[in-house]
Amino acid sequence: MSKIVDELLYSESHEWVKVDGNVAIIGVSDFAQSEMGDITYVDMPSEGDEVTKGEDFGALESVKASSELYSPVSGTVVACNLDLENAPEQINQDPYMAWIIKVEMADKGELGSLLNAVAYKEFIEK
Amino acid sequence: MEAQLKTTCLHGSHISLGAKMSPFAGFDMPIQYSGIIDEHNAVRNAAGMFDVSHMGEIFVSGKDAFAFVNHVFTNDITGQKEGSVLYGMMLYPNGGTVDDILVYKEFEKDCYLLVVNASNIEKDYDWLVSNSKGYDVIIRNASEDWGQIAVQGPDSQAVLENLLSLDCCGNLLFYEFCDITYNSERLIVSRTGYTGEDGFELYSSPEAICRIWDILLKGGVKPCGLGCRDTLRFETGLPLYGDELSDEISPVMAGLSIFCKPEKQGGFIGSQSILDQKAGGVARKLVGLELSDKAIPRAGYPVLSADGNEIGVVTTGYRSISLDKSLCFALVDTAYSALDTAVQVQIRHKTFAATVVRKRFYKTKYKKQL
Repeated sequence: MSKIVDELLYSESHEWVKVDGNVAIIGVSDFAQSEMGDITYVDMPSEGDEVTKGEDFGALESVKASSELYSPVSGTVVACNLDLENAPEQINQDPYMAWIIKVEMADKGELGSLLNAVAYKEFIEK
Repeated sequence: MEAQLKTTCLHGSHISLGAKMSPFAGFDMPIQYSGIIDEHNAVRNAAGMFDVSHMGEIFVSGKDAFAFVNHVFTNDITGQKEGSVLYGMMLYPNGGTVDDILVYKEFEKDCYLLVVNASNIEKDYDWLVSNSKGYDVIIRNASEDWGQIAVQGPDSQAVLENLLSLDCCGNLLFYEFCDITYNSERLIVSRTGYTGEDGFELYSSPEAICRIWDILLKGGVKPCGLGCRDTLRFETGLPLYGDELSDEISPVMAGLSIFCKPEKQGGFIGSQSILDQKAGGVARKLVGLELSDKAIPRAGYPVLSADGNEIGVVTTGYRSISLDKSLCFALVDTAYSALDTAVQVQIRHKTFAATVVRKRFYKTKYKKQL
């Protein structure tokens, strides 16, 4: 049974978003990490890069496969979790603590299309 | 419409162990149980067991069995001793690979067991039958009558001795087997595998294989899935049919000429092509690549020359678990296949520097002397 945190928003590509003012903190859900298995590498953008909602901004690599990360919002990357470079397994251990990037949102209205916890739970149980 | 997946005799056990299952070669197979890294390390450091019952078993017997097998098989079975195993390929006349297989010389006169890849069982059987005209042989696809477990890792012999009392295994060297009766069932114990470690493959009836699996499981042997089977074989430079060998990839291209003996009496199907390729060279060769970055090259990613021209393609790639390096096999233009050649691999939007290295990234630990 995948863990879902109530106060977060989710994309159908299994990223979570925590809203902190105008900044979106982005990671991947427990469902995503458990589907992928042992994560061995996180391909991240750099601070200052532009990301676009629905487009890939990096990838997670498990032993077996790579899986692209899709940005749930558009904006500018203001921080990357560099701890993940040396300890990508943090995403397996605690996916909701192991954020990947923070994005200064260009349009907070984009959050409206994301799923809340209840809707995401329904989505992954389908 | 998707064809119904086949299952092995151990399918129920995989499900009850909570394995992550996935289709492979038409079978619903376990990819991992506790996790690929954990299982991989168990095999490198202790022992692990794999359900490989999906592999195919084809028996060739009859007066002309020797001549026929030598005609379709690239290695030379002249003088092959009873109880020994040879690795090699079956080829098309143009040198493309039908399959890579093991040939067991049975203790019974004029009888060989061919162990073939699960994905190729029917193709191989048809290939054998269609090339048997004029040979007095019986070719029997017995794949459904046999289950198979691979026990691999440095503790394998101790595991088989202690948990199964298989005393015969201590007398076997790498690529030797014994054919015994075990609890009233025929059991083949073979010192072979696909991990680069010492280890054994056990062949018996599906029912007997289930009983053996349960004993090993109770004895604490870690069940391992196809996920780590691939990382283990990859690190030790072993090819996978479909990735490093195919109807378009010959053994010469794959660097496996050593298993082709075109000079043997009568040659084999495809031997002229192998001689031509060895003399005239091939357009592409399989190489090992090591990346300087942590990014991971995957099958299908382009390989570029230092100045950016596409010169090849990745066939298998991983962040190596035992070596903690980003490594891959790649099929590249022969001009770029020499050791230490600098190339690049394109991974998503970026390119990464890579160097041609030996394909055997990790040292194998076979039992070659008692």
